[in-house]
Amino acid sequence: MSEQTHEHTAENHSHTVGYGTYVMVWLGLVALTAITVTVAGMHLGSLTLIAALMIACIKTTLVAYYFMHVKFDNMVIKVFIMVCLLIFLTFWILTFSDLSFR
Amino acid sequence: MADTIAAHEVSYLEYEGKHKGILGWVLSTDHKRIGLLYLSAIMVFFFVAMTLGILMRLEMLTPGETIMKPQTYNSIFTLHGVIMVFLFIIPAIPAVFGNFIMPIQIGAKDVAFPRLNLFSWYLYMTGATLAIISLFTGGGAADTGWTFYVPYSVRSAQNVSFTTLAAFVLGFSTIVTGLNFIVTIHRLRAPGMTWFRMPLFAWGLYATSWIQVLATPVIGITLFLIILERLLGVGVFDPALGGDPILYQHMFWIYSHPAVYIMILPAMGVVSEILPTFARKDIFGYKQIAISSLGIALIGYLVWGHHMFVSGMSDTARIVFSLLTFLVAIPTGVKIFNWVATLYKGSIKFSAPFYYVLAFIFIFSIGGLTGLVLGALATDIHVTDTYFVVAHFHYVMFGGMGIMFFATMHFWFPKMFGKMYNEKIAVIACTIIIVGFNVLYFPMFIMGYMGMPRRYYDYLPHLQGWHILSTVGSWILVGGIVFMFGNLLYALLKGPKAAQNPWGGTTLEWRVSSPPTVENFDEIPVVTGGPYVHDKPTYIMHPSKELVHQDGDKSKKEKVTH
Amino acid sequence: MIEHSEALEHTAALEHTAPHVHRDDEGSKMGMWLFLFTELLLFGGMFLLYGAYRFEYAEGFKVAAADMNTFIGAINTILLLTSSLSVALSIAAIQQNQKKLCLSLLWFTLLCGLAFLVNKYFEWSHEIHNGIYPGGPALENMSNGEILYFGLYYVMTGLHGLHVVVGMIFIGFVMVFISRDKITSTNFQKLENAGLYWHLVDVIWIFLFPLFYLLH
Repeated sequence: MSEQTHEHTAENHSHTVGYGTYVMVWLGLVALTAITVTVAGMHLGSLTLIAALMIACIKTTLVAYYFMHVKFDNMVIKVFIMVCLLIFLTFWILTFSDLSFR
Repeated sequence: MADTIAAHEVSYLEYEGKHKGILGWVLSTDHKRIGLLYLSAIMVFFFVAMTLGILMRLEMLTPGETIMKPQTYNSIFTLHGVIMVFLFIIPAIPAVFGNFIMPIQIGAKDVAFPRLNLFSWYLYMTGATLAIISLFTGGGAADTGWTFYVPYSVRSAQNVSFTTLAAFVLGFSTIVTGLNFIVTIHRLRAPGMTWFRMPLFAWGLYATSWIQVLATPVIGITLFLIILERLLGVGVFDPALGGDPILYQHMFWIYSHPAVYIMILPAMGVVSEILPTFARKDIFGYKQIAISSLGIALIGYLVWGHHMFVSGMSDTARIVFSLLTFLVAIPTGVKIFNWVATLYKGSIKFSAPFYYVLAFIFIFSIGGLTGLVLGALATDIHVTDTYFVVAHFHYVMFGGMGIMFFATMHFWFPKMFGKMYNEKIAVIACTIIIVGFNVLYFPMFIMGYMGMPRRYYDYLPHLQGWHILSTVGSWILVGGIVFMFGNLLYALLKGPKAAQNPWGGTTLEWRVSSPPTVENFDEIPVVTGGPYVHDKPTYIMHPSKELVHQDGDKSKKEKVTH
Repeated sequence: MIEHSEALEHTAALEHTAPHVHRDDEGSKMGMWLFLFTELLLFGGMFLLYGAYRFEYAEGFKVAAADMNTFIGAINTILLLTSSLSVALSIAAIQQNQKKLCLSLLWFTLLCGLAFLVNKYFEWSHEIHNGIYPGGPALENMSNGEILYFGLYYVMTGLHGLHVVVGMIFIGFVMVFISRDKITSTNFQKLENAGLYWHLVDVIWIFLFPLFYLLH
């Protein structure tokens, strides 16, 4: 229960991501960027925003998961991130409970 | 580098390491010294803000001008609020006692990032200096109220930028402290100290730290935008350029409401330490109290709109926020009931810290109940922006956190300084404070109900009697506070030596010397049970000696490693 | 502070009692993530403002956004994504003890950051030259929505640019540590932390790009 593991090197850095994986992720990110630019030029009205945000979220997830190593991190870090995002989301929801209904 | 033996034997007060004299303090990364650095600064600013409060009450003795002009009054209440909120109430318990006591309570030698800890103090001092400078430059301190509402904060001729910059820097200090505590509590608990064997003070600080880390940046950016607005006219909050003043209020209160939980959660954590100690009984409902700290922190993020009921928000938002506001009473109630249940059938030892806690429970409950009046839309319309609100928040912030700060000082004074104060005087001072507090603030509920607006310099004659009563209360209160601090100061200089554990406390800080040595422990202890068990020890203070002697009792060793 | 004496080594079997100057990579990482949350929420507040004003002034935002150069925006996006790749690769490199490769990759990261800032400079110069800046002449003829759009544009990309600079300085320090062998294949949490910060700067731009450049 107590996270007193002081094995500095072995535990967290034991999983080394290969160069190849990183390059693949990068290619994915560039592709998604191309998609998002193309979609923006397609006159989809309000869908453009939703599509753009969703693609941005996917890109962020890729960056976080692979580049920032979250996929291989302890549960603690993952829970931390969830908590942060949850709180941020509540700011949006409650502020818009005002803005959308004025 | 000092030798190891000295570090184990000499008290942190006397230790002389790489730096001598005053440098040994302002360059120290010892959490105990940093706690005292904070204490000195905080005490100075508390007295400054208290004096501003006294001046305010003097001015309000008569309608119209009494001792100052209206413009001055506006700056004084603004500064009173800024200093009290950012330089006293928010940092006091975490930065002083959290720093000093929490690492010892969890069996650590220091916090996770000691140099960052010292840096947080420098940030505090920088912010404080900026606040002082704002008094003497560019037209004087801001006169907007500590809430800096737009559009006035953008238009005011006073030095709003400096005051908000000060608050911005102070926000960073808070964030750094919170970050440090979260990592400390996750990573540095002694072996055997599972989460649910951790003292409730640490739980309170943990919940507080999460609010500090996640909420403070929002006010950071908000105040930064005020400065940009004043300097560059960006337009984000200026109605003339399309900005929405209500959006400013949203962003301001998104932080400032959770901020009040930053203020109260550590204080409540100390209540959970003091009560089992003086009832000589295990705390009732340990898990519930621990979880309720997290619950208060979480719900605290959801209620900020209750400061904005008359701002022009949508009706939907008002109903939503009012409903959510009532929810926060639930985890708060859980704590209060569990505390009272702790006293039931306890073997109560009356003493100054305990007395302060009783006062806290009574006064904070009044504050909390009046919060319900403010949280209900229909009644809020009548009392919002009146003295009713002023009374409410002084009851919860001052009567809540402030009184607990006094309690905490008395509780850990013998541990921190190795001296004991005069108990009788402490109790008398507490009584004077309780009386003065209520005479000062209770009339404000009545005045508010009768229509006295807050932050008003002038008022109608029929309210004067109440104002005079309130001002007299302020003199009694200050008398009590000065008496209390005088007692402690005298004890610091000339008091008798204190025992290692004068109260019979069961948490780890009472197992080390008073005052503690530089590294707190000779060896990191091993924990074998909960923090408030009175009939048997739940710590092994010198595991290398005691556990080795347990003749190869392998099961015990294994239990310890996780 | 102070190293521990032998007495402590005795308790090594009971473990967890590391000397006071212990190294805790997991704790260091945790601390860095917590700091990233504060940055996220700092920008988050501004994204909230953007969302609120876009909701209120949809038309004005569209008109103003037409002024943006999508091409430069896209180039900048690719630059930051690539710099994130090079930082991630540099960590893989140091894990495999390839110090020179690691440093080269970090130089490349800095180069990308610099290119980003140069692009930004040209973008801003163009807008400012046209009188489009807070308090500038062009704004007098604009609707509120447009004024707010540009106000947010300058503050958000400006603050982001500042963080790019900070990130580059952070990486610079780390490069010094690497060259002095203070960061090695078994001790590289500092590099990871710098990388985390850099990736956050990238993520913020991943959102800034569509919101300011892809509005049509």
